[in-house]
Amino acid sequence: MTELTKLTLAEARAKLAAKEITSVELTEAHLVAAKASDKLNAYVTLTPDVALKMAAASDARIEKGEAGPLEGIPLGVKDLFCTDGVRTTACSNILDDFTPTYESTVTANLWADGAVMLGKLNNDEFAMGSSNETSRFGPCINPWKASDSDADLVPGGSSGGSSTAVASHLALGATATDTGGSIRQPASFTGTVGMKPTYGRCSRWGTVAFASSLDQAGPITRTVRDAAIMLKSMAGHDEKDTTSVDIEVPDYEAALTGDIRGLKIGIPKEYRVEGMSDEIEKLWTQGIDWLKSAGAEIVDVSLPHTKYALPAYYIVAPAEASSNLARYDGVRYGLRVQGDDITDMYEKTRAEGFGDEVRRRVLIGTYVLSAGYYDAYYIKAQKIRTLIAQDFKQAYKKIDLLLTPTAPSPAFAIGEKVDDPLSMYLNDVFTVPVNLAGLPGISLPAGLSSNGLPLGLQLIGRTFDEDTLLRAADVLEEAAGFSAEPSKWWTEA
Amino acid sequence: MSVDENTVRRIAKLARIAVTEEELAPLSKDLSTILDWVEQLGEVDTDHVPPMTSVVEMEIKMRKDIVRHDNLQKQVTQNAPQSEDGFFTVPKVIE
Repeated sequence: MTELTKLTLAEARAKLAAKEITSVELTEAHLVAAKASDKLNAYVTLTPDVALKMAAASDARIEKGEAGPLEGIPLGVKDLFCTDGVRTTACSNILDDFTPTYESTVTANLWADGAVMLGKLNNDEFAMGSSNETSRFGPCINPWKASDSDADLVPGGSSGGSSTAVASHLALGATATDTGGSIRQPASFTGTVGMKPTYGRCSRWGTVAFASSLDQAGPITRTVRDAAIMLKSMAGHDEKDTTSVDIEVPDYEAALTGDIRGLKIGIPKEYRVEGMSDEIEKLWTQGIDWLKSAGAEIVDVSLPHTKYALPAYYIVAPAEASSNLARYDGVRYGLRVQGDDITDMYEKTRAEGFGDEVRRRVLIGTYVLSAGYYDAYYIKAQKIRTLIAQDFKQAYKKIDLLLTPTAPSPAFAIGEKVDDPLSMYLNDVFTVPVNLAGLPGISLPAGLSSNGLPLGLQLIGRTFDEDTLLRAADVLEEAAGFSAEPSKWWTEA
Repeated sequence: MSVDENTVRRIAKLARIAVTEEELAPLSKDLSTILDWVEQLGEVDTDHVPPMTSVVEMEIKMRKDIVRHDNLQKQVTQNAPQSEDGFFTVPKVIE
């Protein structure tokens, strides 16, 4: 059975198509692995009945020659995507036992293509966090351990359950969302591939909203090819989300030609931040060499407003969050705490329902949007955002892609940064500018730190040019040849 | 402290989140740290820069304005913490 969880998504697809294995077998193998992974706390809701029913239906379709592109492939779903009839909480107490009566567009697209749902995955509450420690279900634990310590490490966040499930072979792939790095940073921390498409590529309908102008869904997988396969199914225009773009979704897998000769790769000098560790610096240089050897041309570029991206993000994202989270009022769904009158009920419900980080962000958002501060904070941040987008636009006149590290460090210990919001925010220094400009970005595992933890490199593409991004990522993945796996300590008694 | 305890009390009220007296001081410290840090945006001259309104240049598509009779009352109220006869119920609002 374990052999089946070792397959990549693409390999499993081939074996299913060749009828060497059935989806029921493949799904059962993943359910067994998931059930033995309590110590990781990756799944917050496991749905074996749904999974086996979907798998049996997939096998029937394969038998009839009616297989979809993802037929019979078992996947995990971040608990931010609404799933019809399956509890969806955004890992917040305020959603209580909310059970949607509808399906998010992204997951509906996956099921329409034949994929199988294994269950719902842990994340930071409302996707606000970089360590998966703000979840109401407790932290998700990174399957990786440092060679010099037995301490539990964070899997990154907010999509920590997704990155952990994929890295630990508890799913062939997982859906995730990225508002400031929530797909790419956890991928970097767990040795997986995390892809954030261009804003508008995937519909946001039915995904619990955090910051609507930044949120974008994408896959976490074990290979670039698997990311290409999953994204193709997730993406597409949706009339229920006016910001989803009505342009053709290319065959991303066909873009993986292995040939990047002549591509121009920009290296932004502003990403050489103060205090960056030598090993991150070395990995970045190594990445440059790999791309050069593959025939790409390296170009030094400048993105002068980079250092203002994080502070601008921490105005825009909380502002939009405070507005989006106004809906949690104890009336229509989720938690209600009784009060003396309706205002008292709202205040008590929201005090009990929101965790510390969510409360902090809602308060900041409320402050920067309040009378007298709106122009000084929110409008100012949106102007900075224009400058950041212009920086990228200027750079893309000379280059096709950018190469940067994904995160300034490898995974850190549980509890290490949880009481220091600012140091937690600094984790997203290389990923946030990409969201502010709406660009596609991908993180892939490129090496190990001196104490044996995965480190990721990030490629950033032009708007809606996921093809080129995936093509280069595939070449970089091949060059890096990352094959390390975490030891399976969580299955031991 | 750019955000004093009175300001925390005021924005918590605006955000409809009950905050206890003991929570005011730590929240004031947390919020001040973050807001003092974002002050660095003041260094950037943005006088002639338009604020971003749409992250990706796109035409918002209009869809046809068609009345639908989905009759979703049951689904809409299904997750309500308290409902009666297909309505959401709340504490008395009008005296």
